[in-house]
Amino acid sequence: MRYHRPETFEEAVRLAAGAPGVTRFLLGGTDVLVQLRSGMVTPDVMIDLKGIPGISKVMRTEDGGWCIGAAVPGSKLGANADLVADWPGVVEGIELVGSTQIQSRATLTGNLCNASPAADGVPGLVAASATATVVGPHGSRIARVEDIPTGPGSTSLEPGEVISGINLPRRGENGGDAYLRFIPRSEMDIAVVGCAVNLRLDGDAVVEARVVLGAVAPTVLVLPDAAELLVGTALGEGELEKLAAAASAACKPISDKRGTIEFRTEVAGVLAKRAAKIAYSRAKG
Amino acid sequence: MSRIHVTARVNGDKVEFLCDPRETLLDVLRDNLGLTGTKEGCGTGDCGACSVTVDGRLICSCLMLGAEAEGKEIGTVEGIANGEELHPLQVKFIEHAALQCGICTPGILVAAKNLLEHNPAPSETEVRYWLAGNLCRCTGYDKIIRAVLDTAAEIRAAN
Repeated sequence: MRYHRPETFEEAVRLAAGAPGVTRFLLGGTDVLVQLRSGMVTPDVMIDLKGIPGISKVMRTEDGGWCIGAAVPGSKLGANADLVADWPGVVEGIELVGSTQIQSRATLTGNLCNASPAADGVPGLVAASATATVVGPHGSRIARVEDIPTGPGSTSLEPGEVISGINLPRRGENGGDAYLRFIPRSEMDIAVVGCAVNLRLDGDAVVEARVVLGAVAPTVLVLPDAAELLVGTALGEGELEKLAAAASAACKPISDKRGTIEFRTEVAGVLAKRAAKIAYSRAKG
Repeated sequence: MSRIHVTARVNGDKVEFLCDPRETLLDVLRDNLGLTGTKEGCGTGDCGACSVTVDGRLICSCLMLGAEAEGKEIGTVEGIANGEELHPLQVKFIEHAALQCGICTPGILVAAKNLLEHNPAPSETEVRYWLAGNLCRCTGYDKIIRAVLDTAAEIRAAN
């Protein structure tokens, strides 16, 4: 294996395009190194992106949104009070990944590119309508976060393409988001079901909603019909019950050691209700 | 296969080593630098036995390549005591008998010291969450948590 530490994205892309065999980009390494050591993946070329200036920075954009560099670890997101105030649901998603040690290294971009259906960092980003800046041999493009994972372990990124950062829109007034997951213990586990909700209110009424499920299908699921049920309401008990039914109906889970199809379907509805309530109270401020 | 030349600092001392690109920081510490206080448990970032600090951040050294250490300041369990004088955490771990077989202890000491540097007055819940990535199969954790809380209280009282 050859190890490279390029100083620009252009150089990284050029290295990847010209590399023989299997290439892996290295950010926090919390997935890549496990795969490397277990022999699941035997890269011929490892391209460490952390030498690229700005890749470990969180920046506010001119329009009031955020750009999160690809190599920013979870602990740095949690320590950014302004980002947490704008997008608590996004931050609480990535902060649920692993231990203190993992939080020092694991990144949102890595969590997205690892393409686990159970990735805790992803539903919150999708609910927030986040995008990824993708740099490749033919220049850069903007992709919706929900369009990156295409199935367990696979993404829509072309060979040689790499994500340079994640873009969150301006939070704006009266907005709130939340992410919840179910695991059988309190820490250090992989989501059985995850759910993110992002709302905007006008007075007591919901005017915009996004509802997103994780770990109940091969990729993260966006639920436009479930979100539509909330618009125009003040999230009464009746609407929450309808939301739960819609979330359960949208699930396409598998049964595995973490949970059965029936359990995941039931829990998706419960988490959707709870996440919606938290997002609503955060939007109220 | 070409080896990579790396210059870093370990416990304040400048070190240079040659490493294979596939070697982890844990491999380098133990096999190249002879610092065997850092233990290998799972090798997949789950158990925390290999915990070290890199530029003040707590990490699992099994999940970082040796090549990534270029220019970094690394802290291991060997840097916790001041010569023959034990760190207050080490004294309290002995006092509370916060270990049995001891293989998790170096990682827990590194993690606990890093916690107290970030937060000199942690609650019991904060200590438990901070150390959630350090598995111990002997003690049941209670003695470890009490030793860390007692150390924090003693350091605060001394200051």
